[in-house]
Amino acid sequence: MKIAAKKIYIALIVLFLYAPIGTLMVLSFNASKTRAKWGGFTFKWYIDLFHNEEILGALLNTLLIAFLSALAATVIGTIASIAMNGMKRRTKSVMMGITNIPMLNAEIVTGISLMLLYISLGLKFGIGTILLSHITFNIPYVILSVMPRMKQLNPSTYEAALDLGASHVTAFYKVVLPDLLPGILSGFLMAFTMSLDDFIITHFTKGVGVDTLSTKIYTEVKKGIKPEMYALSTLIFVTVLILLVLVNRSPEKRTRKYES
Amino acid sequence: MTSKSKWLSAPYALWSVIFIIIPLGMILYYGLTDKTGAFTLDNIIAITTAGHAKALRLSVLLSLVSTLICFLLAYPLAMILANTKTNKHHFIILIFILPMWMNFLLRTLAWQTLLEKNGVINSVLTFLNLPNLKIINTPAAIVLGMVYNFLPFMILPLYNALAKIDKNVINAAHDLGAGSVYTFIRIILPLSVPGIISGITMVFVPALTTFVISALLGGSKLLLIGDVIEQEFTRTSNWHLGSGLSIVLMIFIVINMIASAIFDKDGEGSML
Amino acid sequence: MIGRSFVVRKGLPDMKKRTLCPIYILILVLTFMLTGCASSDNGANGQVIVYNWGEYIDPETLDMFEEETGIKVVYDEYETNESMYPKVESGAVAYDIACPSDYMISRMIQNGMLAEINYNNIPNAKANIGAQYYEQSKGFDPENKYSVPYCWGTVGILYNQTMVDEPITSWAQLWDEKYADNILMQDSVRDAFMVAEKLNGFSMNTLDTDELHVVMNSLIEQKPLVQAYVVDQVRDKMIGEEAAIGVIYSGEAIYTQQENSNLVYAIPEEGTNVWIDSWVILKNAPNKENAEKFINFMCRSDIALMNFEYITYSTPNTAARELIEDEAIRNSEIAFPDLSQYDNLETFVYLGEEGDTLYNELWKEVKAY
Repeated sequence: MKIAAKKIYIALIVLFLYAPIGTLMVLSFNASKTRAKWGGFTFKWYIDLFHNEEILGALLNTLLIAFLSALAATVIGTIASIAMNGMKRRTKSVMMGITNIPMLNAEIVTGISLMLLYISLGLKFGIGTILLSHITFNIPYVILSVMPRMKQLNPSTYEAALDLGASHVTAFYKVVLPDLLPGILSGFLMAFTMSLDDFIITHFTKGVGVDTLSTKIYTEVKKGIKPEMYALSTLIFVTVLILLVLVNRSPEKRTRKYES
Repeated sequence: MTSKSKWLSAPYALWSVIFIIIPLGMILYYGLTDKTGAFTLDNIIAITTAGHAKALRLSVLLSLVSTLICFLLAYPLAMILANTKTNKHHFIILIFILPMWMNFLLRTLAWQTLLEKNGVINSVLTFLNLPNLKIINTPAAIVLGMVYNFLPFMILPLYNALAKIDKNVINAAHDLGAGSVYTFIRIILPLSVPGIISGITMVFVPALTTFVISALLGGSKLLLIGDVIEQEFTRTSNWHLGSGLSIVLMIFIVINMIASAIFDKDGEGSML
Repeated sequence: MIGRSFVVRKGLPDMKKRTLCPIYILILVLTFMLTGCASSDNGANGQVIVYNWGEYIDPETLDMFEEETGIKVVYDEYETNESMYPKVESGAVAYDIACPSDYMISRMIQNGMLAEINYNNIPNAKANIGAQYYEQSKGFDPENKYSVPYCWGTVGILYNQTMVDEPITSWAQLWDEKYADNILMQDSVRDAFMVAEKLNGFSMNTLDTDELHVVMNSLIEQKPLVQAYVVDQVRDKMIGEEAAIGVIYSGEAIYTQQENSNLVYAIPEEGTNVWIDSWVILKNAPNKENAEKFINFMCRSDIALMNFEYITYSTPNTAARELIEDEAIRNSEIAFPDLSQYDNLETFVYLGEEGDTLYNELWKEVKAY
């Protein structure tokens, strides 16, 4: 009874989170161009999608920016976490405070201030400037997920490795990194996700002719979102979902075997 | 701090000076000057004008309500999840991150489709002969939009904080004769405080500065402080006033920094 | 605690030197490479950088232009005049061409952001575009020196005839309590004020403080009846029958009627806004010649026709209008209204910085009320 109640509760929350996504999926099969009317079932938008170079180009940009910025943020953020861990309490809180700023500041303020910065530095607006901005707002997510792992590290294993003759580099890669890895991975994932979803900061720091899916969607609002966008979102979502299920299936089996 | 860890932190320190501190300085400069470049506090004091003060009050109120709802929804969920015996922690986290892979604007538009007078939910209700829902273009719809968009940011830190609690501590409390309620109040709740603080911040501050949600779900009938700032920047091109008002909002960020410094000394209430 | 800092103290510095530096260098090099090499592939005859409204052109016409002229089109989009302005002004990107609306054009002229147009290089502009549109442009571009009309239209009322008892012909009906919660207003200062200014019989460019306070009070009075203040959502909401009456741009009316035949468009009797979006060449345009070629191409009748059919906003290109095959559309009262039938039509002009501030303050009071 109690377990059933718990399951129902989880199901309700998940339903709440996924209801709009289901709606978008349904809309991707809507033959009518407007969101307000059901015009029958169609696959047309999926076919159109693959002929729409603009959307596919934007998708490529989006993925490229998300991947590179998440990667860079992960490297910088992980090193920063290691460094911050060894700092004095006060220095550390100041650093953490600064780290929180891009996450908590209104996006529009971050966007405009970065635009002003690039203008004063004389940078050419393009994918590069978007990348710099995304790295900036991604780093906090990495730091916030690596820091707690850092705390859980058992320093004696590292020392043991050194005592047993491992070099610092080997000891780091063999002992410290594996422990940090889950934190680093979730930081990367979070950074990737935040980069995918950003519009405002991208808008102010992008160059001419460079579009991401978000900026494309926002300019489409004027004449109505193209149903191809719904189709693309559905595809992205389903792909990730399938990947997720596949990835999570295999290690679980392995561990079970291991446990028994 | 050792000199070596200083060395190691140099790249990030440099990065944050260039990409966080200097831009912030620019906003400060805009906020504290007028169009001629002369120093003024007018842009900060502008928060006290009737319209702005009302917008700020309303934003704080709606954000507080949303944060509270998020907390009440997320805490039991995080407890259930944390107590589930699983090695699929990443899977659980991903379930709550995954909705963000659909574009934010599309998700919010989808809520409009769901909530509208002739929307999906009302069509279902009509079909079942139930009374219709009338929350689109009301503050309730804005709260719903905020709860929807920021709920994952509450669930994840709570889940992390709760999952870290050593089960032996709880068992020990039970063994010593503590009831479930007592254990919860004296052990679980205090140990999850870092997660709570982190969750509250991650929901409250973005909710305070949002503007898309109030436009799409609130019908732009309520003016929130995020709307004002956005309009000063993009529609009326008064960057000085926009910056001044943002500086006022930064007070909330400072409060948050102090709160986390007090309650979350070791940064345990992290997102992931 | 001791052990932990020990890790950092003892272990990592070497590693940093050997492994991390290359990673940093890699990131920096990568970033600056990407910063440097953005859009370096020009067409055979250079490029032209166009900044236009979102979804405001048939993309095929861009391909045709590239093919015929060998000039590469770098195309960028914006959502509002106001979001376009700071990007152009800041000089973050040097655009060649933009397509602002009337009042924004006068603002850009006043601030010296536009280049004079040499009509000798744009023969199609004089040949195909109706003289009345140049006449109308004089309100914001007195000597027709800076702008070539691209689209125009009116702002009017779109109503659902099954949801109202009588034809809607007047702005005053937007203040009628029987339509409470069934009215969609425009969520932008000038458009919202225009409605109330016309209602009260004022000019929509008034700077008279007393008049503006009357206008503000009208809008506050109307607020409880309004279902939502929207910009582009009017279209979807009217199609979905969410509301009975909406203030809308005429260009959207044709499309919405195709989707929902109950919808009727009317130009209110108190008068309204006639707007024009025009091509302008920016003063710092790096490719002026190509910009002229682009505008000339867009003024060709067949191209203008393609764009009209794609975006359904009225074209000032009279030669293109004659090419429209569907007689109902060619003579459509919505797409091509006979403006001489209406009184009190006006076009927005730029109010100056102080005027803008005043309007914005009052609008904020309405919204915060």
